[in-house]
Amino acid sequence: MSAKLLVENVSRVFPGVRGGEPVTALQPTHLTVGENDFITLLGPSGCGKSTLLRIVAGLDRPTTGRVLLDGREVAGPGPERGMVFQSYTLFPWLTVAQNIAYGLVERGVPEAQRRETVAHYLDRMGLSGFAEHWPKQLSGGMQQRVAIARALANDPAILLLDEPFGALDNQTRALMQELLLSIWERDRKTVLFVTHDIEEAIFLASRVLVMTARPGRIKAEVPVDLPHPRGYRMKTSPEFTALKARLTEEIRAEAVLAAAEH
Amino acid sequence: MLGLAFFALFVAAWAVATLGGFVSATFLADPVTMLKDGWLLLTRFGFLHDIGVTVWRVVGGFALAALVAVPVGIVMGAYKPVEALLEPFVSFARYLPASAFVPLLILWAGIGELQKLLVIFIGSVFQLVLMVAVAVGSTRRDLVEAAYTLGSNERSVVRRVLLPANAPDIAEILRLVLGWAWTYVIVAELIGSSSGIGHMIIDSQSLLATGQMIFGIIVIGLIGLVSDFAFKAGNRALFPWRLA
Ligand SMILES: Nc1ncnc2c1ncn2[C@@H]1O[C@H](COP(=O)(O)OP(=O)(O)O)[C@@H](O)[C@H]1O
Ligand SMILES: [Mg+2]
Repeated sequence: MSAKLLVENVSRVFPGVRGGEPVTALQPTHLTVGENDFITLLGPSGCGKSTLLRIVAGLDRPTTGRVLLDGREVAGPGPERGMVFQSYTLFPWLTVAQNIAYGLVERGVPEAQRRETVAHYLDRMGLSGFAEHWPKQLSGGMQQRVAIARALANDPAILLLDEPFGALDNQTRALMQELLLSIWERDRKTVLFVTHDIEEAIFLASRVLVMTARPGRIKAEVPVDLPHPRGYRMKTSPEFTALKARLTEEIRAEAVLAAAEH
Repeated sequence: MLGLAFFALFVAAWAVATLGGFVSATFLADPVTMLKDGWLLLTRFGFLHDIGVTVWRVVGGFALAALVAVPVGIVMGAYKPVEALLEPFVSFARYLPASAFVPLLILWAGIGELQKLLVIFIGSVFQLVLMVAVAVGSTRRDLVEAAYTLGSNERSVVRRVLLPANAPDIAEILRLVLGWAWTYVIVAELIGSSSGIGHMIIDSQSLLATGQMIFGIIVIGLIGLVSDFAFKAGNRALFPWRLA
């Protein structure tokens, strides 16, 4: 397995606000993501998942350690690390098509080629017919599909997703998981996906990394050997249920710890 | 509709007070006299010219202020060091009353057009800078971050995110401050001026022509109303994504 992304000894301590104690959000963490891996980071809320992902994205600086992508150290945000946020971050003043083309314009891709790429992703995300809509006119699930398309249009080396379906209702969320998985099954784009939902973590991943309660660190690594293509029926298979039972145990201990702290 | 009804109520109360003889005509003209005086002003005394001059002054002074203030405000909102440098001074300058500058500006720039423009400029520019900076400074952080992860650098974040994200707010700020600019122009015209709506009002005062004075004030109100309306229509046309 070639290392696409290497997280070496990365930790993050936030300085205390107004003379308060500094907050350790992330303990020194090591993480290797191979080419074409689909990794899910699973942990209770507040354990530092977003912090870790933001450091990989270059939106935050680690207190110690470093992040390497294809052997190069990450120094700031860049289009080779596409990011999808939990909050809806489409640019409200751009249409769906213009949102998807945002990064292409930044790179100076010619208009004709831009249009082609946009049409391609509109189609794959099931958004044909919505090209000229404003983000406001779309449902949450659709907005996140556009956000994924917008990140993929840049053809990033790795796709980072921070609980992208966290705000969606269960049915929409399940459909979105299948859509994302079908895209991965075709392109095998390297993915790092953050979630606190056990089922989601298993269903999508080739490997699930379980994090401890705050201050977070990776405490277990669970390979998911379920075959592809995966469908929603798989969620009731014995293998899936066994994995779910195991991860529930792992997470429960942490959730109890996290709850005790508050 | 309800808004119109209140206008009607207001005029009715005014008519009752004056035509009913409750208030002496020396102090407050009745609506009919006001309209007659207004007609005379427009047809005989070249009041249209005064209106034109005043509008020109407001628009000119305000446009100059906007031209300076909007870019400065955006840069202030976008870059913390620039904000740290300018914010204290602008906050101080904002409280300097434009009307208090009128005598000083007459010394500096005479009583010509430049002086009128400067009054409006000084009255508007600091307010604009500060309000634009605040709007830009409070741009949604996650949108800026999304832009960076899509390959934007600082400059293109300003151009492709901060600017379009805040354009509607900036338009709204311009609308608001333009309203204030109207009060400055009248003050500037009350002192040391030979034309303009403010000059007409002060002229009428020496003649005790309250009908003319009230007509002048109402014209100011109407122009404000029309420009407000135009601004709102313009915003709707320019920023359809807001309404969708
Ligand atoms: N900018 C910040 N300043 C101070 N504390 C922060 C900041 N960002 C996150 N934290 C703290 O770090 C911890 C981990 O946060 P986060 O990474 O968002 O957790 P998760 O995404 O797993 O829910 C939390 O306790 C949070 O309060
Ligand atoms: Mg989070």
